[in-house]
Amino acid sequence: MSVAATAPAPARVFGSGIRRREDPRLLTGTALYTADFTLPGQAYAAILRSPHAHARIRTIDTARAKAAPGVVAVFTGADSDGVLKPIPCAWLIPNSNLKTAPYRPMATDTVRFVGDAVAVVVADSDHQAYDALELIDVDYAPLPAVVDPQKAAEAGAPHLHEEAPGNIAFHWTVAGGDIDAAFTSADVVVRDRIVQQRLIPTAMEPRGALAQYVPATGELTLWNTTQNPHIVRFIMSVVTGVPEDRLRVIAPEVGGGFGSKIPQIQGDFITVFCAMQLGRPVKWVETRSENYVSTTHGRDHVQEVELAATTDGRILGVRATVWAGMGGYLSTAAPGIPTILHGLMLSGPYQIPAIKEDVYGVYTTTTPVEAYRGAGRPEATYMLERLVDLLADEIKADPVEVRRRNLIPPFENGHAVATGLTYDSGDYQGALDTALAQIGYDNLRTEQAAARAKGRYIGIGVSMYVEICGLGPSQVAGAVGFQGGLWESAIVRFHPSGKVHVFVGISPHGQGEETTFAQVVADELGVAVTDVKVVHGDTENTPMGWGTYGSRATAVGGAALAIATRKIKEKARLLTSHLLEAAVEDIDYADGKFFVRGSPDKAKTIQDIALMANVAWNLPQGMEAGLEASSFYDPPNFTYPFGTHIAVVEVDPETGHVELKRYVAVDDCGRQINPTIVEGQVHGGVVQGIGQALWEQAVYDQNGQLLTGSLIDYAIPRADLLPDIDVRSTVTPSPHHPLGVKGIGEAGTIASTAAVYNAVIDALEPFTVRSIQMPLTPERVWRAITAGKGA
Amino acid sequence: MFAANFEYLRATSLAEAHRLLAANPGAKLLAGGHSLVPLLKLRLAAPPAVIDIGPITELRGIAGQGDSLRIGALTTHAAVAASAEVRTSAAALAEAAAGVGDPAVRNRGTIGGNIAHADPASDLPTVLVALDAAVVAVGPKGERTIPAAEFFTGIMTTALRDNEIVAAVVVPMSKRGVGSAYVKFAHPASRYAVVGAAARVAVNKGTCAEVQVAVGGLVPHARRASAVERALTGQPAEAASFQAAAARVREDLGGDVNGDVFASAEYRAAMAPVYVKRALAAAAARAGLT
Ligand SMILES: Cc1cc2nc3c(=O)[nH]c(=O)nc-3n(C[C@H](O)[C@H](O)[C@H](O)COP(=O)(O)OP(=O)(O)OC[C@H]3O[C@@H](n4cnc5c(N)ncnc54)[C@H](O)[C@@H]3O)c2cc1C
Repeated sequence: MSVAATAPAPARVFGSGIRRREDPRLLTGTALYTADFTLPGQAYAAILRSPHAHARIRTIDTARAKAAPGVVAVFTGADSDGVLKPIPCAWLIPNSNLKTAPYRPMATDTVRFVGDAVAVVVADSDHQAYDALELIDVDYAPLPAVVDPQKAAEAGAPHLHEEAPGNIAFHWTVAGGDIDAAFTSADVVVRDRIVQQRLIPTAMEPRGALAQYVPATGELTLWNTTQNPHIVRFIMSVVTGVPEDRLRVIAPEVGGGFGSKIPQIQGDFITVFCAMQLGRPVKWVETRSENYVSTTHGRDHVQEVELAATTDGRILGVRATVWAGMGGYLSTAAPGIPTILHGLMLSGPYQIPAIKEDVYGVYTTTTPVEAYRGAGRPEATYMLERLVDLLADEIKADPVEVRRRNLIPPFENGHAVATGLTYDSGDYQGALDTALAQIGYDNLRTEQAAARAKGRYIGIGVSMYVEICGLGPSQVAGAVGFQGGLWESAIVRFHPSGKVHVFVGISPHGQGEETTFAQVVADELGVAVTDVKVVHGDTENTPMGWGTYGSRATAVGGAALAIATRKIKEKARLLTSHLLEAAVEDIDYADGKFFVRGSPDKAKTIQDIALMANVAWNLPQGMEAGLEASSFYDPPNFTYPFGTHIAVVEVDPETGHVELKRYVAVDDCGRQINPTIVEGQVHGGVVQGIGQALWEQAVYDQNGQLLTGSLIDYAIPRADLLPDIDVRSTVTPSPHHPLGVKGIGEAGTIASTAAVYNAVIDALEPFTVRSIQMPLTPERVWRAITAGKGA
Repeated sequence: MFAANFEYLRATSLAEAHRLLAANPGAKLLAGGHSLVPLLKLRLAAPPAVIDIGPITELRGIAGQGDSLRIGALTTHAAVAASAEVRTSAAALAEAAAGVGDPAVRNRGTIGGNIAHADPASDLPTVLVALDAAVVAVGPKGERTIPAAEFFTGIMTTALRDNEIVAAVVVPMSKRGVGSAYVKFAHPASRYAVVGAAARVAVNKGTCAEVQVAVGGLVPHARRASAVERALTGQPAEAASFQAAAARVREDLGGDVNGDVFASAEYRAAMAPVYVKRALAAAAARAGLT
């Protein structure tokens, strides 16, 4: 593989950490988000939301609101029912006895979470709309609430939907290998009950929509803060009946999503409904408090897990039962997250002969749960990494050593695991060794012992992961009930002057593909990066695509782009051979030039070719004019990034405060187009995962009231509480991807929660603490220490 | 996040502010807006009028006044934190101001607004109570001075009358051999105090000659910890006595400790001695430096 280098390799734009072209407009506040657009005659919508977690609606009196100043209209579920179809769930997991219940854009007779939409006021100004909201009188008959998914699945729990007996939305199972044998023959079994607490994604920009309907043409335009405008068009068409060709969805600048902008939520449909009813543009923008109840949440698992092993630490099997809270209704992709994206990942980087998991999707009287950065995979990684640490503790072995004993050996093209997946490529040992060397593991253990002797509690936590991304082969999507495809498309168009437009179906919202995709084209064809413009986000001028989530934009969309670019290259080669009157086999390409082999001065640049193709004065027979290509790329397999993260913490034994002292992240996302952007993605991801370990939790009381309903109580990570994150990588290309890339958007989040958690438990070893519920608030840690001291 | 309608009025002098207050029953004063505006936006408060006192220049600034510092009500947390006078002669106050919220809050929020609002989790009341500061309140008929320990009367309630405006706080300056400190357990989301402890200690030949301690965050309003003060006075300025004295804070807390989803009352009560101990140690260390 290695080539002896005689001269330094020419600097390639693929792989260079150039600055993100998105940043100047984002950092100077000139980027335009949905809320920044205003249309002539625009009215504003404010949505009345249920204050009850569960209640029957007896009556709604809108008379006073309708008479309020500036009010254009007030609508309730009775008005929209029959006009709008229920919001569809788009991931119908097969063989799971899935029970979907109608999810209405506005509730008609029953509300099922605090925040469920009940009515909407449209007024000339936003203030007037909010004033009138207070004048709507709703008579509710409260019903009992249930917020814990495990309790909601028990007999006699408050019941949400006729369609779903026992609140069970689905029961899905993954099984591979002989799990009973694994546990009967085990020397050691370790168990834990894990609560993956509910999290609130908290994108900087809350959700919002601006809808314009022109009755004369029947055309609907929707500005929407979404991760997937083409899916919005599809679903919006289904719900409203507006044909897809009359429906244009524009995702302008989108201020983060983290999964919470995948689904279409009630407010989107309500806004469109109002605009269509009134023939007037209507805008709705969530307030932050509204965002916390109306936009989807993440995680919310109760997991009972056990691992069977031999005394020398070889894993024989993993068995789990999971109750995954779905909230009051099934959100767009919700059922796929605790199943396909979670259950199938239970082998992690380890050789585990037998795996079985039962997942119950459970309706609870809470905000619907959706993807949140990592979506299912953090919940799998955490489960395994806890179990492995518990095993190490049980057999009194070093946790790193136990991991080593079970790792899948390096492989370059395919490794099947017990859950039925075939990983693409991996070198897990390599990532582990890199991380251990970087953190100085052996020294750290010595330092830890010395510190303990002085009453200081330092902990070291290791987390290894494999994740599934680059979703995915459409045939598999269909087989697992995803109600769409998972391919991507790209169009590359050269203008006569040699400048390039790239049109893509993915929809970046912070990830930086305007930069990285330009790098891909520049690298393949020798144009300057600055000569390539990447267009995305508007269904009217971009080809179909399934959106940006699941670390798929580069893994799938980037592949479509690479293939389209290579088609251009082929055409350019043909045209060069024609213009230079040489055989096409004799045309070489290097550094932006097509030339006759052996005569580098007989050459055409890609710009020459772009001009000649566009003017079309002299084309070979049968060649079409123009220099443009498109590609639809349906991946043959998923990609499987992996890595090892190590956290070092110190716990204050007096107060229970956890201080994060060091953090090393080693991620392998295959080839890196732009290492600076990779680093940025790792930073953000790691921090969000640390947030789950230490700070974030959506807490409902027994009545289903969200107690952490604002940023005063819901603690998102703050820069001053974090150490430098030392980002390293190994490179194991994906064998099936045209660029060898895998995806990096979620890796950090998938790994970091377990790394930090394991470090804290490690620090508390002298107090014999085995498990603390997340987030590891000072009080919980202090209580664990206090209990341990007493023991 | 849309406030109900209100009239926006501006006052450029204290006299004008009083006139506007009298003419607009139920009106609220607006200083930095970092407590009032959130209440308005959440519609937890809907006053008919808001009187912006920002333009009243006489309420700004920090100046020496005998043995004390007079800090104008409109002085921002950032200005208090950055003031050389405050840092040398009332270190605990500078420390508390520097730890309020985040830079945006510190650049807008004011000392007058902070104490008038009297959030139990605020930092400044605890320090002012410990330092024996006083609040200058100006009514239509003149001013009066209220000791900080009497100013705070309950959760978000103070001794201020409806027609009074906080003009300044007056903080006694630490002399040679005296040090003060504020340490807090910050809520991870808001940075408000879950537990806050302020101390001023005069050290004379290695002995704690005078001790002033207050706690806040976990009780309805900041209060002096007199049991701690008594226990430490006359004791050697060393870790063992700080720890022993701090343990007495339980007597000062009584049964008044509050709790929430983040930190229970039991836990907060257990943390109070830890934070008092740390405040005492830091104050005494500073006393040794002056
Ligand atoms: C995100 C966030 C974090 C925060 N974190 C902290 C923290 O960690 N610690 C902390 O102590 N505080 C914290 N605060 C509160 C902050 O310190 C506020 O600035 C302060 O409480 C109010 O000061 P203000 O000038 O903004 O007052 P305003 O909001 O303008 O007014 C508050 C109240 O005081 C009244 N008022 C204002 N000035 C006067 C006056 N001169 N005379 C009489 N009444 C007056 C007003 O009528 C109103 O009722 C935080 C606030 C926010 C938004």
